[in-house]
Amino acid sequence: MNRLVLLLAVLAVSGCATSPDADPRDPLEPMNRAVYKFNDTFDEAIAKPVATVYRDLLHVEIRSRVSNFFSNIQDIFIGVNNLLQGKLQDGVEDWARFAFNSTIGLAGIHDVASDMGIEKHNEDFGQTFGRWGAGPGPYLILPFLGSSTLRDAGGTAVDWYVAPLQHARPIALRNTLYGVYLINTRAELIEAGNILEQAALDRYVFQRDAYLQRRRSLIYDGSPPRERNDVNDPPEPSVK
Amino acid sequence: MTNAIRFVLLSCLLVSGSIGAQEPTPPDVLVKNVTTEVVEIIAKDKEIRSGNRAKLIEVIDAKVLPHFNFGSMTALAMGQNWRTATPEQKKQLIDAFRTLLVRTYASALAAYSEQKFDYRPLRAKPTDTDVTVQVRVIQPGAQPVPIDYSMEKTPSGWKVYDVMVGGVSLVANYRTEFANVVRNSGIDGLIKDLQTKNRVLEQKK
Repeated sequence: MNRLVLLLAVLAVSGCATSPDADPRDPLEPMNRAVYKFNDTFDEAIAKPVATVYRDLLHVEIRSRVSNFFSNIQDIFIGVNNLLQGKLQDGVEDWARFAFNSTIGLAGIHDVASDMGIEKHNEDFGQTFGRWGAGPGPYLILPFLGSSTLRDAGGTAVDWYVAPLQHARPIALRNTLYGVYLINTRAELIEAGNILEQAALDRYVFQRDAYLQRRRSLIYDGSPPRERNDVNDPPEPSVK
Repeated sequence: MTNAIRFVLLSCLLVSGSIGAQEPTPPDVLVKNVTTEVVEIIAKDKEIRSGNRAKLIEVIDAKVLPHFNFGSMTALAMGQNWRTATPEQKKQLIDAFRTLLVRTYASALAAYSEQKFDYRPLRAKPTDTDVTVQVRVIQPGAQPVPIDYSMEKTPSGWKVYDVMVGGVSLVANYRTEFANVVRNSGIDGLIKDLQTKNRVLEQKK
């Protein structure tokens, strides 16, 4: 936590030197690109190979049980965030999911709540801050964690601070859980990463724009207000 | 007399028949039919399932491409720069962008075609000429991924001009990339970049 604050301070200071035609959403681009490169090197050398072995070793059924287990624990704070955003019904649904999945779903490894029609939500503290009116601030690439913004980095710090996993004991168990969680999460992203690689001319820019669009959509639960220059404004005359 | 009635009835049929032919398939029905058909083809085809990308692209070319308006997509992704492009540049841009999008679409389809799709009811008036068709990909243990097709009504039926996956507009996402390249190396530079990218992907297979 302290380290993250320090990191943000360093990022803020080092961002003073920017080129004139920088994207206004990404004033720290030179530094972000450096961190991006570092993350990429780490990912290519360690994270992706480990995740690939994990994926090839374990049957998809087992991997989805692992995903469900962690997803179930996260429902507690997804519910808290929904309540903080004033979405009472969603919050109650999240806790109902946790109650059903933890019991009938055997500690969360079966997502029985989804089968019952109680839908999973996507919330975190970054979204709650956004809902409360905080703008994204400058785009940031966090070491190891990747795309974020000043607001979302603050949100992530709170997410991790309150995460139930954080309080698992003994420490060896907690670290093992974190390890499995991170490898499993990376394994889920292998396909998406390959597609990104194919689609983008400049992966950094493509990923940044996708992240910013995605977060905006999530904050408004899938229906953000239209922006000026929105693609969904009347299309230009058709071209054959 | 009976002949006259028969004539009237027949002409009514003909007229209604021709009106029916002019009214294109509703956009939500179109999306559902095409998706279902393509997913079924993939499910049945062993070669595609074992990774034959060229064959998958053939299927997409035949079944999916006719329903996309790549001209509109390219124009929207180019933004302001579209107006300064010559007709020849426009043609090359559309071609190169189409190739890139089809390849990306093929990868996404290969990765996710086994998921369940949930087709949302269309919220639009019959007179609308610009609608959003919403589909959701159901995945166990995670929030469903929404896929929104922005579609416009054209004389040759409803056409897709943007796809939003999880709130990310494909066209908007290319806008910054395209603008950056055009600023640094002009429209011809962008055409070259796209063509190079396509060639590299072609060789990788």
